[in-house]
Amino acid sequence: MNYHFEFGWLFEYYPQIVKGIAITIELIAVGAVAGILLGIVCAWVRALGPAWLKPVVAAYVELIRNTPFLIQLFFIFFGLPSLGVQLSELQAANLAMVVNLGAYSSEIIRAGIQATPRGQFEAGASLAMSPFETFRHVVLVPSLQRIWPALSSQVVIVMLGSAVVSQIAAEDLTFAANFIQSRTFRAFEAYIVSTVVYLMLAILLRQVLVMVGWAIFPRGAAQ
Amino acid sequence: MIEFTIWDILRNLLLATRWTIVLSLVSFVGGGMIGLVLLFLRLSRRKWARALAKYYIELFQGTPLLMQLFIAFFGLGLFGIDVPAWLAAGLALILWTAAFLGEIWRGCVEAIAKGQWEASASLGMGRLQQMRHVILPQAMRIAVPPTVGFSVQVIKGTALTSIIGFVELSKAGTVVTNATFQPFTVYGLVALIYFALCWPLSKSSQILERKLNVAHRNH
Repeated sequence: MNYHFEFGWLFEYYPQIVKGIAITIELIAVGAVAGILLGIVCAWVRALGPAWLKPVVAAYVELIRNTPFLIQLFFIFFGLPSLGVQLSELQAANLAMVVNLGAYSSEIIRAGIQATPRGQFEAGASLAMSPFETFRHVVLVPSLQRIWPALSSQVVIVMLGSAVVSQIAAEDLTFAANFIQSRTFRAFEAYIVSTVVYLMLAILLRQVLVMVGWAIFPRGAAQ
Repeated sequence: MIEFTIWDILRNLLLATRWTIVLSLVSFVGGGMIGLVLLFLRLSRRKWARALAKYYIELFQGTPLLMQLFIAFFGLGLFGIDVPAWLAAGLALILWTAAFLGEIWRGCVEAIAKGQWEASASLGMGRLQQMRHVILPQAMRIAVPPTVGFSVQVIKGTALTSIIGFVELSKAGTVVTNATFQPFTVYGLVALIYFALCWPLSKSSQILERKLNVAHRNH
């Protein structure tokens, strides 16, 4: 065992690392916002939406939740071009993350909607709100507040899962680590450094999501 | 040029599925054993033991599984240990699974009413006896649905081992795609096979959960 650790190369390759971190952050930012919006729409359909649409959304959710993200990514990037849908690496990565988080978050959000007391719907109806207006103005925000911790964990899981987008050559943090590894043969250092960065990103993301929760939910509101 | 039928593709994928199943089982069983150790550490009265388990879980849940695989595969090799892909894959998946199962089970043990601990302590039981005869039998009941549910994550996690070169279902998908130039069909079939493995587990986890809730309501 005569391996000497060396982290001096970090200076030389820091532009790649910074770029990789930026892309990972961009991916999760887009993925989280669009994925949660998609999740809200799907949760609405499954809890309150038109009957004919429910099985379609249920099939989408089950299909995504029971297949690996890597395969979803490959299917979108390699498979869809044969249907004439040609996406760049980053577009494919973004789309895969949105589709993936959309399915998981819809299940979480649906649980929040279903925990809404009946009286809330009735109160909305008695104010002459349409079912959709009741959902939008009365039910949605408290439902999200109820499940916000679970939703936050899922966003962090998707962020960590985004490491595999390097496999379709999207230049995220893992891609940078692979690049450095192939140039310097310093595999251990490259992966240790990026693992530590991922750990910090996960901790940071969790804090950001707590603060987002403070910003969008009325404080001290009874659940 | 050779023509490939759907059956040719499917047969090759199904052969590789064996390795997905084997790896999932190994990870699940191995991870379960280490997860049990983590559970005991997490519930220990000694502070260092609790902290050790906590940081272990934090580390493995806070970093990508892919990075853990890379470190096991490339990292150990640098120390003169020859690591074949299957060993790195099994090792990383076992450690990763352990972190999640340990945390899931801790939640189940903590769901057991405090009075159960106090009652068993008042019968003069030691810590291990309490766990063995009173707490774990009850916690196990609660633990079944989430544990079955997590097995789906383990199966999906094995897909990442294709990246370090372990030939299982996903890797076979890539190889077959490269031979047939039919990514849409091949990855579609791969997804369906994963679905066929995972969906029954997801469904039974849901059903078990519903059954358990009914049992609770009748108390």
